[in-house]
Amino acid sequence: MPTTLSAVASIATIVAVLAAIHVPLGSWIHRVFTSPTHTRVERAVYRVSGVDPDSEQKWSVYLLSVLAFSAVSIGALWLLIGLQGLLPLSLGRSMNLDTAFNTAVSFVTNTNWQSYAGEAGTGYLVQTVGLTVQNFLSAAVGLAVAIAVIRGLAREHNDRLGNFWVDLTRGTLRILLPLSVVAAIGLIATGVIQNLTEPTTITTIAGGQQVIQGGLVGSQEAIKELGTNGGGFFNANSAHPFENPSPVSNLLEILLLLAIPTALPYTYGLMVKDRRQGLAMVGAMGFLGVGAMALMAWSELSSVSLEGKEQRFGPIWSAIFASATTSTSTGAVNNLHESLQPLSGGVALLNMMLGELSPGGVGTGLYSMLVMVVLAVFIAGLMVGRTPELLGKQIGRREITLAALAMLITPALVLLGTGIALMVPASAGALSTTGSHGLSELLYAFTSAANNNGSAFAGLAADQPFLNVALAVCMLAGRFVPIAAMLALAGGLGRQQRRPATAGTMPTHSLSFVVFLVLVILIITGLTYFPSLALGSFAEALQ
Amino acid sequence: MSKSTSTQSKSLLATAWTALPEAVRKLDPRYVVKSPVIFVVWVGSVLTTVLSLLHPSLFSISVTIWLWLTIVFANLAEAIAEGRGKAQADSLRRTRTQTTARRLAADGTEEAVGGTDLRPGDRVVVEAGQLIPGDGDVVEGIATVDESAITGESAPVIREAGGDRSAVTGGTTVLSDRIVVQITTKPGETFIDKMIALVEGASRQKTPNEVALGILLVTLTIIFLLAVIALQPQAIYSGDHLSLVVLVALLVCLIPTTIGALLSAIGIAGMDRLVQHNVLAMSGRAVEAAGDVNTLLLDKTGTITYGNRRAAQVYPVAGVERAELLAAARESSLADLTPEGRSIIDFVAAEQGEDPGAHSAATPIGASIVPFTAQTRMSGIDLADGSQLRKGAGSAVAQWVSAGGGAPASDLAAIVDQVSSAGATPLVVAARTTDGAPRALGVIELKDVVKPGMADRFAQLRAMGIRTVMVTGDNPLTAKSIAAEAGVDDFLAEATPQDKMALIKAEQAGGRLVAMTGDGTNDAPALAQADVGVAMNSGTSAAKEAGNMVDLDSDPTKLIDIVAIGKQLLITRGALTTFSIANDVAKYFAIIPAMFVGVFPGLQALNLMGLHSPSSAILSAVIFNALVILALVPLALRGVRYRPMSASAMLNRNLLIYGLGGVIAPFIGIKLIDLVVALIPGLG
Repeated sequence: MPTTLSAVASIATIVAVLAAIHVPLGSWIHRVFTSPTHTRVERAVYRVSGVDPDSEQKWSVYLLSVLAFSAVSIGALWLLIGLQGLLPLSLGRSMNLDTAFNTAVSFVTNTNWQSYAGEAGTGYLVQTVGLTVQNFLSAAVGLAVAIAVIRGLAREHNDRLGNFWVDLTRGTLRILLPLSVVAAIGLIATGVIQNLTEPTTITTIAGGQQVIQGGLVGSQEAIKELGTNGGGFFNANSAHPFENPSPVSNLLEILLLLAIPTALPYTYGLMVKDRRQGLAMVGAMGFLGVGAMALMAWSELSSVSLEGKEQRFGPIWSAIFASATTSTSTGAVNNLHESLQPLSGGVALLNMMLGELSPGGVGTGLYSMLVMVVLAVFIAGLMVGRTPELLGKQIGRREITLAALAMLITPALVLLGTGIALMVPASAGALSTTGSHGLSELLYAFTSAANNNGSAFAGLAADQPFLNVALAVCMLAGRFVPIAAMLALAGGLGRQQRRPATAGTMPTHSLSFVVFLVLVILIITGLTYFPSLALGSFAEALQ
Repeated sequence: MSKSTSTQSKSLLATAWTALPEAVRKLDPRYVVKSPVIFVVWVGSVLTTVLSLLHPSLFSISVTIWLWLTIVFANLAEAIAEGRGKAQADSLRRTRTQTTARRLAADGTEEAVGGTDLRPGDRVVVEAGQLIPGDGDVVEGIATVDESAITGESAPVIREAGGDRSAVTGGTTVLSDRIVVQITTKPGETFIDKMIALVEGASRQKTPNEVALGILLVTLTIIFLLAVIALQPQAIYSGDHLSLVVLVALLVCLIPTTIGALLSAIGIAGMDRLVQHNVLAMSGRAVEAAGDVNTLLLDKTGTITYGNRRAAQVYPVAGVERAELLAAARESSLADLTPEGRSIIDFVAAEQGEDPGAHSAATPIGASIVPFTAQTRMSGIDLADGSQLRKGAGSAVAQWVSAGGGAPASDLAAIVDQVSSAGATPLVVAARTTDGAPRALGVIELKDVVKPGMADRFAQLRAMGIRTVMVTGDNPLTAKSIAAEAGVDDFLAEATPQDKMALIKAEQAGGRLVAMTGDGTNDAPALAQADVGVAMNSGTSAAKEAGNMVDLDSDPTKLIDIVAIGKQLLITRGALTTFSIANDVAKYFAIIPAMFVGVFPGLQALNLMGLHSPSSAILSAVIFNALVILALVPLALRGVRYRPMSASAMLNRNLLIYGLGGVIAPFIGIKLIDLVVALIPGLG
């Protein structure tokens, strides 16, 4: 079957390109975060902000820095959006207070859930100075936390995890910025627009009036994918021809959003001085990610429906994009997820429910996977008759408590959130349909917010006070509780002495451990969400 | 084998029967709350009980009964585990009768005081036939003591003042002689008291890994609780209203009840297994640490070797027949009652293919014995015909030969050097006939003989990632050769207690956990420093106080068994956790379609097992969930089978058995139960 063959070839292309770039990119990230020297620009940044770049922080201080920085960012962004009517380049756009809050939280938590319609809620100023800046910074925060967590595993007798301000600055200036420039040029070359023209009004063939808006789309598009952000310039996101004009730009965007998350395991391997660990992790991520991609492509091909899809991408590339964006916490979409086949809709949901770790967002994917690694190490470690160890660090009471907290928070938010929202008349009324499909819309929204994905099933009229606030709470807790737990975990691990590996040590790089890890992830996720999925996607698929 | 299994299972059934009232008594919420997972089941059971009373139906009543049974089975597991310990504690308690002590006053007079009035530092006199009133050290005299009350070993042991055999235990009986004991522990804190508390599980504290696992189980319980709570609004939205009984049934099936129910039984049984090996662990933490050990320090003598040198070979000098040397060696040893001497006779007998017992060790008639002295450094025999035989240290015998006018054999020195450089002890044999000059006949090689099978055990330990270090007072040469023969990974020669301590600290600085055995007072600091310090019961009080385990049999080889028991404890927990979670997959496929097939008929496709009806499906899952606890009780008590192998091999094996098995077993079990349940009329 040629379509099956082309689906296999398409997925293989992506895997091959990522396999080729993950080593150089991973080594580069490793060099950036382990280099002892600061660039001149960075020194200037540290001088202005009063940071001593050579002093390292304990986990608690590192966490406080993350929280303080994010709190200030939310406040500033909320203010900017609220005041945009008074500022230039705003095209007269404005937002409600609760919508603005939701948006500020959303972009700072790297969720990029948009309860407003992209171009209709924000003018050029907010898009560029507010949202795009957060696209960089929120990704850099995730990257910094991941690096700090790895340091905890890599270090011994050391209670310091690095300096957040240095990690933030380096991640932004040395990794995200240069990569985005290259990516933006690439995207613009494929036809993505980049201008500051006033909206033009045209008359359509049918005689109606349509406003065509321009904007600095190329530059925002690059970091939108690279930073696994996903907040589109246009409401139609990557389905919009100005954001994603051709199959080439589509492929480029898919690669961009997968690039850093798939390279980070390599960095992890280098930092803990055992590259097999990184290989095992990327193996587990890859198995889940590719599996989901294949399943969605198969499901879309099994009964082709182009409703909600772009003709220029077709079912295969729509499915691949949908899988990549939901498994990376990006949330950009090049098709209407609501119109996916029920099974692919379920897989898109499942990608997020796994906890955004296949390969997950920038940085967040790595530490989310480490949460599951810790849990898998604990159960498997007991089964070989030793106090469980990860890289020679004992997984005891403190470690399990923190990993359990990180694992517990998102299901709690999703399940309680969905349950409560269904009982609140306002949100139940926001559903576009009733029945199992309507349930999926709401479940999708809470899953997307709590896992900081940001994609929407669409159909849900989310811009109303209850949902704006409820989803913002989910985004905040889903972002910062795991960060706090993982930094605390890393702080404790860094202080621990490393126990040498012997034949009695359970290897965390072996194929059987990777299989066990994947099964633990699938079974725990499956058990948590099976009833909800059964009532939503399965019920719909089996009708 | 089959016989012992059947008696064991019979006794388990009998114990289960006697433990049943206790299990029912433990339905008390104040007790159940200690295990959060089971407490959730308890709350659910109360809820369904109320609901069944309000709206009685066969289905809700059946579910309620099985929910309560789930808790009873969980309690039963623990009660059985505790019951085994209680029986042991009772027999210990019987020996702890009220004793009267004969306390020595400062002026040497005796006064009779109650055993419970003794304080550390008091000195008491104990004579043959009397019970020792408390733990202490012999400070005067020597006696044989019957310690069967605590060790179960009926052969009496010798306890004497000074040295490493001075400790006596309260509750044991002096069989002969008179000793003065200085009391070292307060009443109520004696060894027997500790033992009773330990085997009863009264002082049982959760071990670190158990606590961590408990947290994981609570987390999973919370997640499933949320999943079930969130289900109702979703169901209502979908046009279905789930009965509370069904929701409780789903919750109980999902939360890890299997491991939750068996967790404490596994812990108690692990300690109990140690007790059955006659080892007392002072804390559960020590048992877990035993599973984690990276390095074993083993005393050479008694652990790796038999403890005395044995004849291993003879080397005749040039011009002497081997048979002549063998005969001379035998004859010279006839009167030698030392273990070395006996071993020479045994060796010669084995060489000549005779039964060692054929030649009695009696001294030939008319012969006179020349005993070994430190001055002559040789021993021998002067026969009735006037000929003489000598054996001893090379230089001493050579001197005897030359003093008698004989010329030492030219190759003797070379043989002696060769034997000693191999780490063995050379014993030169010389003879003088009635008329001739003395001449050296050859050399007997005395070797420390490694116990059979040790090399295999060390290889197994190596496969498990455990390094063995032999500790010996021998010189490095001897130590090296024995180490090579026994197959240990390393050795510490000419070891002093300080060396031992330094070695332990060095290992620990490298992140390794160390286990050792010891008995002497000078071992005490090292025993305390080691992560697992096993003191020999025959040792001093100081050693027993310093270690975190006491081996009542005083068998240092047991350290290897202790490691295995520690590992088995952890493996059992991990395996049953995996099994418990893997079980949930099948339960979902039983319950979810049953719950919603009314609203979404398409979900019937998820009914993989083809269960009879929604009610029978849910009830079958609940019944399976309860019965699997009962089915796993023997495994929890016995521990999963453990064989030494590398961690990755063990992971593969256990994943296959408990992971894959855990997924498959309930599909079969629930289907079978459903076939029976479907026969119940009126269930719907």
